[in-house]
Amino acid sequence: MTSVRESLGEYPFLDELPELWLDRLADLGHRVSYPAGLRLFSEGGHAEHFWLISGGAVGLDLHVPGRGDVLIDTVHPGSVLGWSWLFPPYRWHFGAVAASTVHAVQFSGVQVMSLCRDDPAGGMELMRRFMGVVVDRLQATRIRLLDLYGYQP
Amino acid sequence: MIPSRYQIGRRVEETADTVTFALTPLDRPLPEAQPGQFHMLYAFGVGEVPISVSGRLSRTVHQHTLRAVGAVTKALFDATAGTILGVRGPFGRGWAPPAQGSDVVIVAGGIGLAPLRPVIQHAVANRGLYGRVTVVIGARSPADLLYVREYPRWEAGGIEVRSTVDAAGPGWQGNVGVVTTLLPGLVDEPAATAAMLCGPEVMMRFAARALMDQGVPPGAVQVSLERNMRCGIGECGHCQLGPLLLCRDGPVTGYDVAQPLVSVKEL
Repeated sequence: MTSVRESLGEYPFLDELPELWLDRLADLGHRVSYPAGLRLFSEGGHAEHFWLISGGAVGLDLHVPGRGDVLIDTVHPGSVLGWSWLFPPYRWHFGAVAASTVHAVQFSGVQVMSLCRDDPAGGMELMRRFMGVVVDRLQATRIRLLDLYGYQP
Repeated sequence: MIPSRYQIGRRVEETADTVTFALTPLDRPLPEAQPGQFHMLYAFGVGEVPISVSGRLSRTVHQHTLRAVGAVTKALFDATAGTILGVRGPFGRGWAPPAQGSDVVIVAGGIGLAPLRPVIQHAVANRGLYGRVTVVIGARSPADLLYVREYPRWEAGGIEVRSTVDAAGPGWQGNVGVVTTLLPGLVDEPAATAAMLCGPEVMMRFAARALMDQGVPPGAVQVSLERNMRCGIGECGHCQLGPLLLCRDGPVTGYDVAQPLVSVKEL
């Protein structure tokens, strides 16, 4: 089994991040696996972690009265799950469930934030990457708003 | 330009507004359509529309899949087995077969899966000709996914099938999101990858960009474009897209040709 440090080199999210930062993140990351159907977190819960997904997929959902838990997005391998730990009130806006067996590296948001404060330049680079994730998801959501597959009379 | 009479045979309602039916010739059969080509289907007394060929059951019996969105397609959707239609064609340029040994990435959105179905069926029947073959399918909702019953057969034939929807319904456990989220990691050897895209033009733009970001050359990305096809023989000009008359020069074209055209407003 590859080490956390080795596995971090496989994530596009961390491409070309300085070796020193990869070493620091590796010290904070833990390998985790979740069976299909396991709930990673629920809407409104305290947001403490984020995950780099290496295998499987995670469904983001929202409980809609009368409709149950409705899937609204899927996070795929190579992607980042979770950014609510970055901003007050540090609560999950959606829930997350393993859609298939998930393999990931889990990080504590508090520990990574502390790392960023200690090294603002590196922290800035990491935050820029998180912003990229947020922008990608925003763009994908905007495209879905177009309802491209619907018929426009 | 004179339609041949064809009779609707077996029809399958794929979704609430989409049907697949087989057409059998009553007159001399039209030339065999190639994957990606289209016919003009005439609902007598209503009108004529361009519809891609979505399959072939024999040398003379072919299938069309259409979605009821206007007066003519609604009439065709409602047509029962035994109904006689007028058919002209086949028209246009279809999919260029990928080079032997190449990997193939097929991206379809909504009804755009219909013209790609013959390509997938060909890949299943000739699996040894290609490397990795992946089909990525996007739809509005799980109920709008086409040919769902055929996915297991495609997968059993060595095709990797991935689907995603814009809006999940109750009980849906599959992917949710745009098709481009399923494209990372699909390109192993960019120079040996052929891509075929069909669906809403915006979807094709984003999908083509995602594939080119992974190194696939624009000329190796084929797209099927849709404009207002009328005559089918490049005479009336209704389907003009810049220098192209899509009923004749398309509907399938390389993205190296299409890219500068589809980004021009009002073209």
